[in-house]
Amino acid sequence: MKTVPKHVLVAGGGVAGMEAAGALAEMGYRVTLVEKGDDPGGHLLQWHALFPDRRPADEVRSYLRKRAGHHNINIITRTTVEKVRHHPGGVRVILSGGTEEEADAVIVATGFDLFDAHRKEEYGYGIYDNVITSVDLEAMFNRGRLEKADGTVPSRIGLIHCVGSRDEKVNNNHCSKVCCVTAVKQAIEIRQMLPSCEVFCFYMDMRMYGPYYEELYRESQEVHNVNFIRGKVSEASVNINNRLVIKVEDTLAGRPLKMELDIMVLMVGMEMAESGAKLAEASGFRQGINRFLESGDHHYGNNLSGIKGVFYAGTCTAPMNITDTISHARAAVAETVRYLKA
Amino acid sequence: MMSATGANKFGFAINRSRMIDYDSSDRKVREYITSREPSFRLCFACGGCTATCTAGQHTSFNLRRMNTYIRRGEIEPLREEVTRCMLCGKCLLVCPRGVNTRNVVAVAAEAIRKLERNEL
Repeated sequence: MKTVPKHVLVAGGGVAGMEAAGALAEMGYRVTLVEKGDDPGGHLLQWHALFPDRRPADEVRSYLRKRAGHHNINIITRTTVEKVRHHPGGVRVILSGGTEEEADAVIVATGFDLFDAHRKEEYGYGIYDNVITSVDLEAMFNRGRLEKADGTVPSRIGLIHCVGSRDEKVNNNHCSKVCCVTAVKQAIEIRQMLPSCEVFCFYMDMRMYGPYYEELYRESQEVHNVNFIRGKVSEASVNINNRLVIKVEDTLAGRPLKMELDIMVLMVGMEMAESGAKLAEASGFRQGINRFLESGDHHYGNNLSGIKGVFYAGTCTAPMNITDTISHARAAVAETVRYLKA
Repeated sequence: MMSATGANKFGFAINRSRMIDYDSSDRKVREYITSREPSFRLCFACGGCTATCTAGQHTSFNLRRMNTYIRRGEIEPLREEVTRCMLCGKCLLVCPRGVNTRNVVAVAAEAIRKLERNEL
């Protein structure tokens, strides 16, 4: 006896959404994957290489593309999910433009937005030419050219941790988790690309929580001669030689320190995606004080929305690395299937 | 008998211990400050205040270190520290934890004055 396969709509075509869609499709479910951009892939599309092993980001992109390319998946791009509502027959989904979809279950995978570095005005992003973000740096790695705005080769680069994270002044008290290890990865890549360029990481705490992160940190010192200074940069300016000057306290020396830099890289953190926040507001999802979606239980129910048939996957619930995002998406699929079979 | 080689000058003179003796430290100042400016407890020692500090460019004033001294009950270095701040408040603008830094210094100075008058 053949039955009509159940339909799951996945909101968001980043890492979590692609993995969830792929896993469901493989099990025979009919999946609609809704992506707001031109293509699925999410923030990973901007990345050149991944921590901790510096493998090409393209390897993970190809895996996910294959996953989301399953014939049971219908991908709708340039569209956002505006609202979801449970009703006795399933979940009613309203898409941007007003179209409606019926699904048996919905997985919310709306992800994160990168912190807008303009908001930390004292760091001069958008004001000084050679202040860039960690994402801009990945674009330089992609182009294979690392240079100052005037085309000259930098001789000293500083990476500033915690930009937009752990900072009450921008209403983000949370830690974005991945920026520390990203900084270490990028510091190594700079040293490999430009062996004569000095690299300094300015950190408050080094949060090397994942497997092989601490090893990468060690390697950065042992093999690549990356420098670390413990202190939060308070401001940046430009001197008469058109070089950036930063002010920081070297908290381990216990004295204020100033340093000239050719390029300053701001390690921008993660915030709840604006599109996800709108969906949450319209659909009655709870948001935590960090504005990410608050699940049914932090320990054993972190895919549960509290609304029947609606589940959470990935960084819409908290900052996560790719490994954890994929695991979280698979767990969301397990919860969804359990619900659909009940 | 004194040694002709000067060995009497060598070694084990009694020095004041450099150790922070947490158990015999004076917590009155810390308690005074914490009760009047509870945001004091939020400092995570990033040093942003000291980086931007006007007084710290020219004197040894260091608000981050001062906060640590207060927390550890180290009162001696505090007496001088509190006199160096000009209360300009730039540190308030950078503190990522929202500590009312300027008021911490003002309240610390007050605590020291009271301590000296045995009013604490």
